[in-house]
Amino acid sequence: MTTLAPDVPAAVESVEAVRAARRRPRRRLLLVWAGLALATVAAFLARVLLGDFTFTIPDAVRIVLGEEIPAVSFILMETKLPRAVLAVLVGLALGVAGAIFQGVLRNPLASPDIIGVAMGASAAACFAIIELGQEGVSVALWGAAGALMMAAVVRLAGGSGSQLVLVGVGATVALQALVQYLFTRADEYDAHIALRWLTGSVGEATWSQIRLVVVGLLVLLPLTAMLAKSLGIAELGPDFATGLGVGPRRTDLVLLMAVLLVALAVAVAGPVSFVAFLSGPIARALNGGRRTLVGAGLTGALIVVAAEYPADYLFTDVNYPVGVITGAVGAPFLLWLLASGRTGRSAR
Amino acid sequence: MTHGLALSRANAGHSLTGGAPRPARVLPARATALLVAVAAVAFVLSVSVGSVGVVVPWAALDPDHTSYAVAAARLERTVTGCCVGAALALSGALLQGLTRNPLADPGLLGITAGATIGMVLAVAVWSVQTLSGYLWFSFLGAALAAIVVHLLASLGGGAATPGRIVIAGAAVTAALTSWTTALLLTDHERFDRLRFWMVGGLGTGYDALQAVGPTILAGIVLGLLGTRLLDTLALGDDLARGLGRNVVRDRLVVGLAVVLLAGSATAAAGPISFVGLIVPHAVRAMVGSSHARVLPLSLGWGAVLLILADTVGRVIAPPTEVQVGIMTALVGVPVFFLLVRRGAGVRW
Repeated sequence: MTTLAPDVPAAVESVEAVRAARRRPRRRLLLVWAGLALATVAAFLARVLLGDFTFTIPDAVRIVLGEEIPAVSFILMETKLPRAVLAVLVGLALGVAGAIFQGVLRNPLASPDIIGVAMGASAAACFAIIELGQEGVSVALWGAAGALMMAAVVRLAGGSGSQLVLVGVGATVALQALVQYLFTRADEYDAHIALRWLTGSVGEATWSQIRLVVVGLLVLLPLTAMLAKSLGIAELGPDFATGLGVGPRRTDLVLLMAVLLVALAVAVAGPVSFVAFLSGPIARALNGGRRTLVGAGLTGALIVVAAEYPADYLFTDVNYPVGVITGAVGAPFLLWLLASGRTGRSAR
Repeated sequence: MTHGLALSRANAGHSLTGGAPRPARVLPARATALLVAVAAVAFVLSVSVGSVGVVVPWAALDPDHTSYAVAAARLERTVTGCCVGAALALSGALLQGLTRNPLADPGLLGITAGATIGMVLAVAVWSVQTLSGYLWFSFLGAALAAIVVHLLASLGGGAATPGRIVIAGAAVTAALTSWTTALLLTDHERFDRLRFWMVGGLGTGYDALQAVGPTILAGIVLGLLGTRLLDTLALGDDLARGLGRNVVRDRLVVGLAVVLLAGSATAAAGPISFVGLIVPHAVRAMVGSSHARVLPLSLGWGAVLLILADTVGRVIAPPTEVQVGIMTALVGVPVFFLLVRRGAGVRW
C-alpha cells in the first residue's frame, strides 16, 4: 500500500491516458454514426426531391402532410417516396445482416451474397415466377422461404466456420445452374421479370410492403441488438467463444437473426447485389477497424438510396433495377477495399 | 538422395488430397482398359439414345438410313461433348496441380465467369458475330479472372490456401455476374439469345468445334507437356527451384494451358461447372496422384462424364431436355461437399 503513495501523480497520469485512449474510439464511433446518418438523409432527400420531377422542400412537406396537389401528389407519394423509404429499410436490413455474417464467420468475403443465402432466395423466386406463374406477394414469400431453407441446408451440411463458407459457395454455384436452367424454360417476358428480380429492385415499392418491413425490423433489430453483444466474442472463433461462455447455440441464434433480416429484405426487394457484402467492410474501415453493426446498417441504407438515383436516371431509356448499380459499382469497390487492406484486418 | 527424391515424388499428392498420400489402387493399364470400355458404351449410348427415341448408332454413318438425321445430329453433339468434357477435366486437373488446391475448378474459381463476360462484352459492345471472333475475348476474360482471383487470394500475406482461393473465386464470380446481368438487362433480344448459351449446352455443333478445336488441341498439348512441371511443383516452390526448375515459367506454361482449355470449352458450350473438380479426384482415387497418369486419364474420363451427363439430361425430363451444365452440377455438388467435409479447404 505504502509503495503506491509516491507514484500517485504518475498513476493518475496513466489512468488519464488510458481513459483518453478509450474515449477516442467512442468519439470516432459517434462521428461515424452521425456522418453516415447525415449522408443517408442527404441521399434520401436528393432521391425524393430531385430527378425527372423536381420538388421544393416546402411543397414536399405540404404534400406529405396530406395536401392534395393533382398529379404531383401522386408522383411523390406513390413512386418517389415509397421507393426511397423502402431503399433505406432494405439497405438497413442487408447491411446489418452482412456485418453479422462476416463477423460470425470471421471472413469479410462470407456475406449472404457469397455463401448462398441470397442465391437460395433467387432460385426459389425464379421457380415461383417461371414454373408456377406466381407474382407479387407470393413470389416474395417464396424468396424469403428460399433464403431460410438455403441457410438451413448450408448450416446442416457445412457445420461451422470455414467449411460452412465453402459449402455455401458450392451450393451457390449449383443454384446458379438451376436458375439458368429455369431461364431456358421461361418465355421471354417471364425471364425478364425473373432477371430483374435476381438483381434486386425497389422499383415496385408500395406502402403495404413498407409497413411489413417496418414491423419486421421493429421485431428483429432489437433482438439482434440484444444478441449482438456476444458477437465480439463469437469473432474470436468457436473454441475461444465456447470457452468464454458463447456456445455454438448462441452463435447460431445471432446468425438466425441475420438470415431473417436477409429474408425480410429479399422478400420485398430481391437480393440487392453486394449491399450485404459491402456495408460491413466499409463501416469497419470508417470506424478505424472496429466492427459496428449500426454503422453497417446505415452504410447499407446509404448505398441503396444513393444507387437508386443513377439506377433511375443514368440512362434515359432504361430503368435499371437498383441491384445493377450496387453490383456494378460495388464489385470493384470491394476488390479495392480488400486489396488495400482497409477492412481493418488481413483479407482472409 | 535418389531414394529421398523418389519418396517425395510418391508423396507429391500429399498436399492435394489433404490426407495421406494416395497410392495407386488400380494398375494404370487396367484403368485405361476400363476407360476405353466405358467410353465406348457412353459414346454408343449418346449417339443412339435421346428424346426422339432410340436409333442404331451406325445410322450416323449411312446417309441413306431412315434415322440418319437424328443420329448425325446426336453424333455431332457427342463429339462436341467429348472435346468440351476433356478440355474442362484437364484444365481442372492442371489447376488443382498448379494451385496445389483440391477444390480448384475453372467454374468455382471464376475463370468461366471471366470467359462468359468476355464473350457477352464482345457480343454486346463490339458486336462480334462469329464464334472464332469472340473466342479471343473469352480467353482474355478467363485469363484476367484467373489473375485477379489469385491476387485476391494471396492478399494480406501468407500463401493462397484452398479455402481462400475458392472464396476469392466466388467473390469475383459474383462481381462478374452482376456486370453480365447489367449488360443483359439493356437488351431483351440479346438476353433471349444468350440465356440458352449461358446454361451450358452442347447444341452448337461442328461450327463451334471448328472454331475452338485448334485452341483446345494447343491447350491439351501444353497441358500434357506440363506433367513433369506439375510433379515438381507439387513438392513446393522451394524444392522445385532447388531441383533446377524455373518456377515462374512453369506456372505460366500451365496457366496458359488452363486458360486455353477453360476459355475454349466455355466459348463452345457455355459455363459448365464441376467437371474439372470431380474428374481429377475420381482419377486420383483410382491411379494415385502422379500427374503422368492423372492428366491423360482425366482427359478421357472428362469426355465420358460430359457425354453421359448430356445423355441422361436428354431423357430424364421428356419432352424437354435438361442442359448438361445442370446435370454436372447435380453430380458435382455432393462431391464438393464431401471434399470440404473431409477437410480439403481447412487451412485458411
